[in-house]
Amino acid sequence: MIDINLPMSEADARKLRMGDEVRLNGRMVTARDAGHKLMVEKKPKWLRPLLEGSAIYHCGPVVARVRGEYVFTAAGPTTSIREEPYQGQVIGEYKVRGVVGKGGMGAATQAALQKYGAVYLHAIGGAAALLAGCVTRVESVYMLEEFGMPEAFWVIQVKDFPVVVTMDSTGASLHESVHARSAEALRRLL
Amino acid sequence: MSTSIDKTKLQSALVELIRRTSSDMPRDVDASLGAAQRREAAGSAARNALNTILQNVALARKYSTPVCQDTGTNLYFVHAPVDLPEATVRQAIVAATRRATQKGYLRPNVVDPVTGRNTGDNVGRQNPIIHYHQHAAKSLRVALMLKGGGCENVSIQYSLPVNRLFAGRDLKGVGSCIVDSAHQAQGRGCSPGIFGVGVGGDRMSGYGEAKRQLLRLLDDVNPDPALAKLERSCLRGINSLGIGPMGFGGKTTALGVKIGVVDRIPASYFVSVAYMCWACRRRTLVFRPTGRYTVE
Repeated sequence: MIDINLPMSEADARKLRMGDEVRLNGRMVTARDAGHKLMVEKKPKWLRPLLEGSAIYHCGPVVARVRGEYVFTAAGPTTSIREEPYQGQVIGEYKVRGVVGKGGMGAATQAALQKYGAVYLHAIGGAAALLAGCVTRVESVYMLEEFGMPEAFWVIQVKDFPVVVTMDSTGASLHESVHARSAEALRRLL
Repeated sequence: MSTSIDKTKLQSALVELIRRTSSDMPRDVDASLGAAQRREAAGSAARNALNTILQNVALARKYSTPVCQDTGTNLYFVHAPVDLPEATVRQAIVAATRRATQKGYLRPNVVDPVTGRNTGDNVGRQNPIIHYHQHAAKSLRVALMLKGGGCENVSIQYSLPVNRLFAGRDLKGVGSCIVDSAHQAQGRGCSPGIFGVGVGGDRMSGYGEAKRQLLRLLDDVNPDPALAKLERSCLRGINSLGIGPMGFGGKTTALGVKIGVVDRIPASYFVSVAYMCWACRRRTLVFRPTGRYTVE
């Protein structure tokens, strides 16, 4: 088990390898479909200091309001591949070191991970109650009114947030190797 | 029932149905996930993923929070006594949906595709989705399924024959499509998944049947022996692919395969596969004329 503090350096991101089990600590920012479109088309300045060296979390949480404070009550990952058209550019533009989501990503993202020095970190899909428990604090929220609760940018602090490195900066991808093995198994069955 | 039904009681029973469905996983799915965990090698990513999943199931149940933050498309399957006006049930479901959203059992999850605006209360055009039927019994039965987007997005429909799969217009061809659908989904539907299948029909009734199959308990047996055999062989086939929980590799890619049939026209032979994630949230409310109710 490797403990990572966010923000992290490019050198630290480049040390991580496919298969590593990691616990994340520090700041992450949630962003999904509307957020990625905005990051690429509008390039908002206020996001830069929040994202530099940090991790983007593909997540549309359920957030409660408890005594005036936002509290995450359900916050598992959403399917990452929908952000494939944007992700590579976002990694380069905002100096993001980690992309947290589920299901893995494609060739353009893989290339960006290698070029800029970043990793794809797989969280357990559907583990919403457990992962919400790793969110210790909501720092702020952006675009809540415009995008709605799931699509807003939630700036959060996490503690011991469990993920697995499934795509690393050397070009290795667990998703590609599992896909190739299962394709071979399917061919044998048919 | 219509003259005596207590609308307030019905609405609060429906809120309880939503709470239980969102936060309290069905016992058959729990048991199946537990068995899967014991099958995977100790220390493997597959085993650790299932450990996390089981911990999450227990936490959600304990704190009445959603098992998964994607509380999905809300699908209702209603069987109502003949003297109960349909509008009464529909209004109660809509009101309960709004209340359950305020309480945090449901994420605001309904979006206008034209403007991109979230309606904020899970109510919108054709949402929640209600399939309404009458039956001879005196009690009202309301089954609710919360179907997340990750698994809905990897659901797929085949039109036989499919040359790429050497799949002809017979049950062997149907089986090839089902196993292929698991390969195409990889871990993206949140495996281990449950495969609801509709064989035949038109495109709409085929998918409808596929989703209805997801209401079946995992340990039931298809009454049609040919389909029961196909379900077993597809389950074996999918689990031999090695995709595993979350697509990390492993022995458990599917928890179940459930197949139903709709008659078709000669020209069409569809195989519709509704993929359900491991967070298979389904519960049934039985509401009696007295206002007493149970959630199964």
